[in-house]
Amino acid sequence: MGSKNVKVLIFKDGQILTRGLAPSGFDQKAAAEKVFNGVLRKAGLSRGDIDHVVVTGAGKDLAPYANSEVSVVGADALGGNFLYPSARTVIDVGAETSRAARCNEKGKMIDFVINEKCAAGSGTFIEAMARALEVRLEEIGPLSLKAEKIISMNAQCTIFAESEVVSLIHEKTSKADIARAIHDSIANRIASLTRRLGIQRDVALMGGVAKNVGFVNSLQRTLEIELLVPEEPEFVGALGAALTPLKSGGNEK
Amino acid sequence: MKKQFWRWPEYRRTVPDKDWTRAEVVTAGVDVGAVSSKAAIMIDGELYAYSIMRTGASSPDSANKAMDWALEGTGMKLGHIQYIVGTGYGRVNVPFANKAITEITCHARGANYIWGPTVRTILDMGGQDCKAIRCDEKGKVTNFLMNDKCAAGTGRGIEVIADLLSVPIEEVGSMSLVVEKEPKPVSSTCVVFAKSEALELLRKGWPKEMVLAAYCSAMASRIAELLRRVGMERDFVITGGISKNVGIVKRLEDIISIKALPMKKEFDPIIAGAIGAGLFAKEFYEKERKDA
Repeated sequence: MGSKNVKVLIFKDGQILTRGLAPSGFDQKAAAEKVFNGVLRKAGLSRGDIDHVVVTGAGKDLAPYANSEVSVVGADALGGNFLYPSARTVIDVGAETSRAARCNEKGKMIDFVINEKCAAGSGTFIEAMARALEVRLEEIGPLSLKAEKIISMNAQCTIFAESEVVSLIHEKTSKADIARAIHDSIANRIASLTRRLGIQRDVALMGGVAKNVGFVNSLQRTLEIELLVPEEPEFVGALGAALTPLKSGGNEK
Repeated sequence: MKKQFWRWPEYRRTVPDKDWTRAEVVTAGVDVGAVSSKAAIMIDGELYAYSIMRTGASSPDSANKAMDWALEGTGMKLGHIQYIVGTGYGRVNVPFANKAITEITCHARGANYIWGPTVRTILDMGGQDCKAIRCDEKGKVTNFLMNDKCAAGTGRGIEVIADLLSVPIEEVGSMSLVVEKEPKPVSSTCVVFAKSEALELLRKGWPKEMVLAAYCSAMASRIAELLRRVGMERDFVITGGISKNVGIVKRLEDIISIKALPMKKEFDPIIAGAIGAGLFAKEFYEKERKDA
């Protein structure tokens, strides 16, 4: 259950059966219920057919039907390990938080760092910058790949960066160059967060922001590491949650 | 056009009963801040006229405009001013300045002028940063701490909330005090997240006053932390735009259990930096004249 989207995934016989996503909105509990029902319908299943429901990203109070819960970093580690068994570091950049976890070959989380205090290292930052730049969120990533000049932003704070983007536009800096500076800025934040944990290869990147090619490019350049990025990075947490009963015999708390 | 609730009134003032034509030394300080630009004209080391206006996209333009406006109606021309010191965020971009000095140095000096030599701690709450400054009896800086990395605890943060709640920025403080019971402070530090939190509170049916109280209270604790780290010594004064926000000042005073010296009617606390710069200008001018 993310701050922006609720994701539901059904895992059956060693593979992903189906998954769905909807905005969390003001009522995350209702949103989750709705996606859950939708995903069940799509799979032709009923609640009774599900052996175990695990919630992550929020407590059971928002998902009373869940049998157990798992921490977001624990879920990231398990999900990342399932997709990329060689991954020892998983980085998850979501709408309002960013986190990195180190895990072992079994996908067990060993250590983690998290930023949930400051918007500057999260998807919210890119959303705000896209608004300031007057480009759509889906466009800002590809746009940044067309950058010709390397400029850097002074401001870290999202609020101050908004004004900086506006003045860069006034100075006739190309939108592509600004877009790249924006992604370099958030990549720097994520890189320093991850370095605090210690980077061990391979490194997998997940969370909704991993869909942004501009960000992936910037982070790879900053870390000087080729990142493993799944096709649907926003579902890795849900995947990891679905895997917990299998890994722990359902005792995961 | 949407009403801009963050907009505060710009104004200029000439101190009555003063004749600049009889002055021996005419100097000025120009403080180009991230949000507001201030110009203070000093005659023989006393405040004569000043202006406060919003900083535009260009620092040189803002400095020119603030200076022109301070001069307006006085009969004085820029050429009459013998020495000008630039300060603030845009200090190196004051086209007509003879010298640039950091705003921390200038604020301490200006506070010493406004409130007198007993001032030891100055809190400058500005548009895009917040500084806690310690100084001696001459207004010389002995230590300081500042937050200029994050909008939380700065005027910019209040602008965001004022806009969100459609409350004119000058009323944020007084409105936040109209609550029967002090609510829990907003838990998010980040202004972006605090904005979402405020929206959520409104949706729960909180009146605007309560949301503002929760926000001002969070800001006060954050600023108190900065003061605690720099170490507090009396007398304590507050300069900068947020010094006019009674909601934050009152809560801050409650947290640190020290009252700030009251504002002086004849000196807007926003121009402390410009005044300090104008005083340094006088010193430099006199030194240059002596050396020449």
